[in-house]
Amino acid sequence: MITAKCYAIALVVVLCGAANAAYAVDLRAAILANPCAGCHGMDGVSAGTIPSINQLSADAIVAALKAFKSGERPGTVMDRIAKGYTDEEIQRIADYFQSLKPNIKP
Amino acid sequence: MRNLNRREFLQYAGALSVLGASGCTSLSGAATSGPHIVVVGGGFGGATCAKYLRKLAGPAIAITLIEKNRQYVTCPFSNTVIGGLRTLDTLTHNYETLAKKYNIDVVYDTVTGVDATAKSVSLSGGKKLSYERLVISPGIDFKWGALEGYDEAASEILPHAWKAGAQTTLLRKQLVDMPDGGVVVMVAPADPFRCPPGPYERASLIAHYLKQSKPKSKIVILDAKDKFSKQGLFQDAWEELYKGMIEWVPGSQGGKVTRVDVKTHAVYADTSEHKGDVINVIPPQKAGNLAHSAGLTNETGWCPVDPRTFESKLHANIHVIGDACLGGKMPKSGYAAHSQAKVCAAQIAALLIGQPPVDPSWINTCYSLIAPDYGITVAAVYRATPEGIVDVQGAGGVSPREAPHSVRAAEAVYADGWYKSVTADAFS
Repeated sequence: MITAKCYAIALVVVLCGAANAAYAVDLRAAILANPCAGCHGMDGVSAGTIPSINQLSADAIVAALKAFKSGERPGTVMDRIAKGYTDEEIQRIADYFQSLKPNIKP
Repeated sequence: MRNLNRREFLQYAGALSVLGASGCTSLSGAATSGPHIVVVGGGFGGATCAKYLRKLAGPAIAITLIEKNRQYVTCPFSNTVIGGLRTLDTLTHNYETLAKKYNIDVVYDTVTGVDATAKSVSLSGGKKLSYERLVISPGIDFKWGALEGYDEAASEILPHAWKAGAQTTLLRKQLVDMPDGGVVVMVAPADPFRCPPGPYERASLIAHYLKQSKPKSKIVILDAKDKFSKQGLFQDAWEELYKGMIEWVPGSQGGKVTRVDVKTHAVYADTSEHKGDVINVIPPQKAGNLAHSAGLTNETGWCPVDPRTFESKLHANIHVIGDACLGGKMPKSGYAAHSQAKVCAAQIAALLIGQPPVDPSWINTCYSLIAPDYGITVAAVYRATPEGIVDVQGAGGVSPREAPHSVRAAEAVYADGWYKSVTADAFS
């Protein structure tokens, strides 16, 4: 399916001949997901002992965040953080990390 | 992939046509012809903002980061140096990756003037830079003289160590030189100040060092406040790990220090004199000096900003992030500054293409180490409201008061991971 966003990306490429089309970043999703990087690393690739989340599927991220949110999954700090997001926002965060996957080396 | 709605698509398309008109060559080459964003201050706020502007606004904009030092030593984890767990070089970062990988023009200089009308900044080296938007992240400066007898010269003898670097090393050296049985006096300020749990983490890690090396020694914290961040957790741990070593004196019970005497190594709270072999004075604070000289502060000494975009309420097109801003319920912490920087970058990316600001959200997660294998946290998720930034009710909070040691040990391990990730996310 060619989405409007893909079309926008295509437009940048056609107009400018550049592969990088950062203007098509979904800023609302980025604003929700970017704070995660403070602990889980830029784009979800951890630099240390906190688990990376870049290789998780969107479904796995949604399941993990919802389990932390409900208290079903114990956490040190994620149980407290996950409670700050609606289910819609959790989906948006998961989709954002999923959308980064093709660009990130594990 | 999510479909853009019609409005969003038109905005992107509009932005693209602007790019087309302004010459797209900048997209693949040096970013010099697009709008120029100037970021002042290379700490967690400024470094992160410069980097995320590139990630979120794309290659067409020009980004300049102005910072006076070539290296940055983080305040987060500097208490581990004071406690002898780490060396300062492990907390030292530079701007080379930001310059090379993110095409940020890093200028090592000091801003001498901001002209909000002409939209330009002057540098001490003589340069003048025009900006489309200016982000300043000047951190804190101290209110020298607010405690009688405590000025910058006094801090060379009785260190504050509240900006990391030479001051951190000085306090560490004084602790190492102190004889067993010595008294360490810490002076903690009233709210608001940088890193609310910081004085108590510092007391903990000093106690950790003293317990091993100088077990007859004591720490007295003279506090202007009657309560502090993660208080129950700290006090439980002090009882468990450092029994009898740390005395905390709240403000209402004689803790409010008003005068410091460098010559006699004494501080005065109400009518009592407290002498210390080592005295660590954490003085009252205000927004970084640049914020004051640029006219960005109000009567509080801090900078009022729009809670969604961090644009100054006093000067248009200038954003203030990090410790210097009045960030509502967000604490003055490196992680908060880092989180604010990303929101600010995203909002500038939106504003540059004519979009309205995006509905923002932030996280703060602060780890404190009480011992090398004993960590605790406070966390919160924040949203913008018309009244300012507030924490989401029902979320966040501190580590559980009752928890097995395995949880404290896990949080100590994650504290190290937090440091690695947050510094990598800001500086590389």
